[in-house]
Amino acid sequence: MKPVAGVAAKPRLTTSAMIASIAAPGQRTRQAPFGNALVKLAGERPEIVGMTADLAKYTDLHLFAQAFPDRFYQMGMAEQLLMAAASGMAREGFIPFATTYAVFAARRAYDFICMAIAEERLPVKMVCALPGLTSGYGPSHQATEDIAIFRGMPGLTIVDPCDALEIEQAVPVIAAHEGPVYLRLLRGSVPLVLDEYGYQFELGRAKLLREGGDVLVISSGLMTMRALEAAKLLQADAIAVAVLHSPTIKPLDVDTILREASRGGRLVVVAENHSVIGGLGEAIAAVLLHNRVAPRFHQIGLPDEFLDAGALPTLHDRYGISTDAIARQVKSWL
Amino acid sequence: MGAVQGQGYIGQALGFADVLAVLYFRALHYRAADPAWEGRDRCLLSVGHYAIALYAALIEAGVIPAEELETYGCDTSRLPMSGMAPYTPGMEITGGSLGQGLPIAVGMCLALKAKRSGCFVYNLLSDGELNEGSTWEAVQSASHWKLDNLIAVVDVNDQQADGRSSQVLSFEPLAARWESFGWDAQRVDGNNMASLVDAFDRARTLQDPKPRVILCDTLMGKGVPFLEMRDKAHFIRVDAGEWGHALEVLRGEGVP
Amino acid sequence: MVVAPPEARARPFLPMPVAGLREMARINRMDTTNMFMAAGNGHFGSCFSCAEILTALYFSVLRVDADRPQWPERDRFIMSKGHAAPTLYSALIRRGFMPEAWIDEFESKVGVKLMTHPSRRYQPGVDASAGALGHGLSLGVGMALAGQMDQRNYRVYVLMGDGEIHEGSVWEAAACAAKYGLAQLTAIVDANGYCVDGTLDQVLPMEPLGAKWEAFGWEVTEIDGHDFASLVPALDTPRSGSTGRPRMLIARTVKGRGVSFMEGVRSWHSDVITRQQYDRVMAELGESLP
Repeated sequence: MKPVAGVAAKPRLTTSAMIASIAAPGQRTRQAPFGNALVKLAGERPEIVGMTADLAKYTDLHLFAQAFPDRFYQMGMAEQLLMAAASGMAREGFIPFATTYAVFAARRAYDFICMAIAEERLPVKMVCALPGLTSGYGPSHQATEDIAIFRGMPGLTIVDPCDALEIEQAVPVIAAHEGPVYLRLLRGSVPLVLDEYGYQFELGRAKLLREGGDVLVISSGLMTMRALEAAKLLQADAIAVAVLHSPTIKPLDVDTILREASRGGRLVVVAENHSVIGGLGEAIAAVLLHNRVAPRFHQIGLPDEFLDAGALPTLHDRYGISTDAIARQVKSWL
Repeated sequence: MGAVQGQGYIGQALGFADVLAVLYFRALHYRAADPAWEGRDRCLLSVGHYAIALYAALIEAGVIPAEELETYGCDTSRLPMSGMAPYTPGMEITGGSLGQGLPIAVGMCLALKAKRSGCFVYNLLSDGELNEGSTWEAVQSASHWKLDNLIAVVDVNDQQADGRSSQVLSFEPLAARWESFGWDAQRVDGNNMASLVDAFDRARTLQDPKPRVILCDTLMGKGVPFLEMRDKAHFIRVDAGEWGHALEVLRGEGVP
Repeated sequence: MVVAPPEARARPFLPMPVAGLREMARINRMDTTNMFMAAGNGHFGSCFSCAEILTALYFSVLRVDADRPQWPERDRFIMSKGHAAPTLYSALIRRGFMPEAWIDEFESKVGVKLMTHPSRRYQPGVDASAGALGHGLSLGVGMALAGQMDQRNYRVYVLMGDGEIHEGSVWEAAACAAKYGLAQLTAIVDANGYCVDGTLDQVLPMEPLGAKWEAFGWEVTEIDGHDFASLVPALDTPRSGSTGRPRMLIARTVKGRGVSFMEGVRSWHSDVITRQQYDRVMAELGESLP
């Protein structure tokens, strides 16, 4: 294309708005950890069925559909129907994994999840892609407040996994849990990070991945990966950063969080791929205050705004959740 | 039960009583002593506020003891004002929000087919619930999946919270809408026992690989003329003296 | 880059002959392709299937004024299938609402105005933001009701995808539009037969489509969505009062129409584009009229 006269050259980004992977160039990844793990588990557990609202392709459920076509139910672009029908199948003894985007589960289908699933503690596993800011499509696809919305639902377990390993490990664990689960999903080429930490996912448990005496970062989801990277950067400046990974946001691992946050002298920072309102940060703040633990406390998260559309690396930096932005903010608070 | 609380969705209950009688004494396969029997036909009360009517049927059917009748709507009762599955034996779903029963029924029917079960799922809904988009998502889905084990029963009484349904958000031509979405549709006088029996029998025995709906035109307050004629009948408050009168009329003892 | 003639940009209403409309549709596809090249990927199939519909609307039907995007008497258009936004952006640019320079900036620069889905906040001439699907018809109902109350004669058009009408919210709006006799409301379904996960029949079939909308009280017409001779009269409904029924136009289209290797190929719902593919597309579009 010819450049258009009169328009000043601005930095042109090479990534596109709808990004398939949040992995940095050169980062180790695994393909479709959820889809592959579900196929493996379904081979052992015949009561598992997969359901979606015209998003199998973008939630890695297409792998399950190919492996088990008789146990796959395509419900069409109808999220309320999806969740209620999942409830219907669960009533009859099946364990449905129902997939869509996080925005549609949290906003469009909330009433159905609440009344048809949670109220009767049915074992429906809602696995939902594009958590927080993992799409450049604009507010219609950015689930910036899904955790805030779902935290208010009694009996719902909420999990925000960090990487491919954790997603693989979480699938059988949430299937075994006797009740509804909401899992934020990373799909496609998902970064692989936690294998280097000898990690094993346990529902309801926070795990200290890295020790450090100056700062405690408590994080979930992809922000744990970022926190670990930021910790390495800060180490070069002789700042010792501990990272506590808290993938289960409801119920919180209160004991571990209090124990680590009570260790005197550390700045406590909660980092999440979610609005600063109503997510992990505010949940932890409440726990600390109720238990009279009052360290210096800051939150890293998305602002209380409808976010811009655009390219993800730019947006992550602008909204303060990139690795560099985390390191910058932590330094500024010390 | 209405007398216990002094108010309630009496109009709907009276109007729907004939349909429930056919359901619980002709159509449904169930075991009164074992409401969770795997081989039962499932009966979903999507229109949760008709609970009062369903409780009456469950009591008559022997699922709930008659003594519990007077606990209706009271604290710690098993008979809350809006149907709730965890509270009441024989109550399959929690229907209060409306528009949810049919989508749930779709899932149950899919599951029953996967289990190769011959059981039917009946979903009871009101004409007002047809406003909800989720209902139409389920209507289309049921047709796509050829759920011939699904029987929807619609109470067409032309009343909802904000007035007559035909004025709030009209739904005619009703049978044509369901048929255009691939269902078998029957429309009957919901207070005529013979017509109801025929319709329910046909719904079970129809061989077409389609879901089926029975559209029942009912009169709210049926059986108690001074209630039949009442305007704004969606939620009725009745004076203490009138309850006795109503009971007399229903028993055939008093003057309407 | 080819530009629309000046008179197409300035006047509130312009009926164009069919040859001119075909040319504008070709430009629409070229603009769309250029936007996708700037971004690196895009919803080709979804955009190409409705290029004629958008062209017919903006160059033969809609009374709109680029100098007055908020003109109260304007016809409204809601791009409910928001992921095909580039077709709308091209039409608005060629009608003079937005600068041509924005084409090369689509999704690719910091502070860009044109992103994946339409945004009423940033884009002059856009009547509604979109993206989540299933919202547009309800918005259209509201706008049409407002028009009735204000006693204005504007028309309201809503373009939806055929997968989009799975959403229950669409049927809520359908029932409501019929109830209020919103004859100035025209909904168009771009019936290209595909969703994300497969053909419409594989995902959730909706045929017979016309019968359903008629049962909900709409007046239904079915046409070839790439044929201007049918499109223009079907869209250009009279601006009279609302005594009749709302109108549903089922436009039978081909996903990816206009580029031979994209027509009817599901993977082009949304895909990356290489330099070589770009050159092939532009060569085909440049060579012949659709």
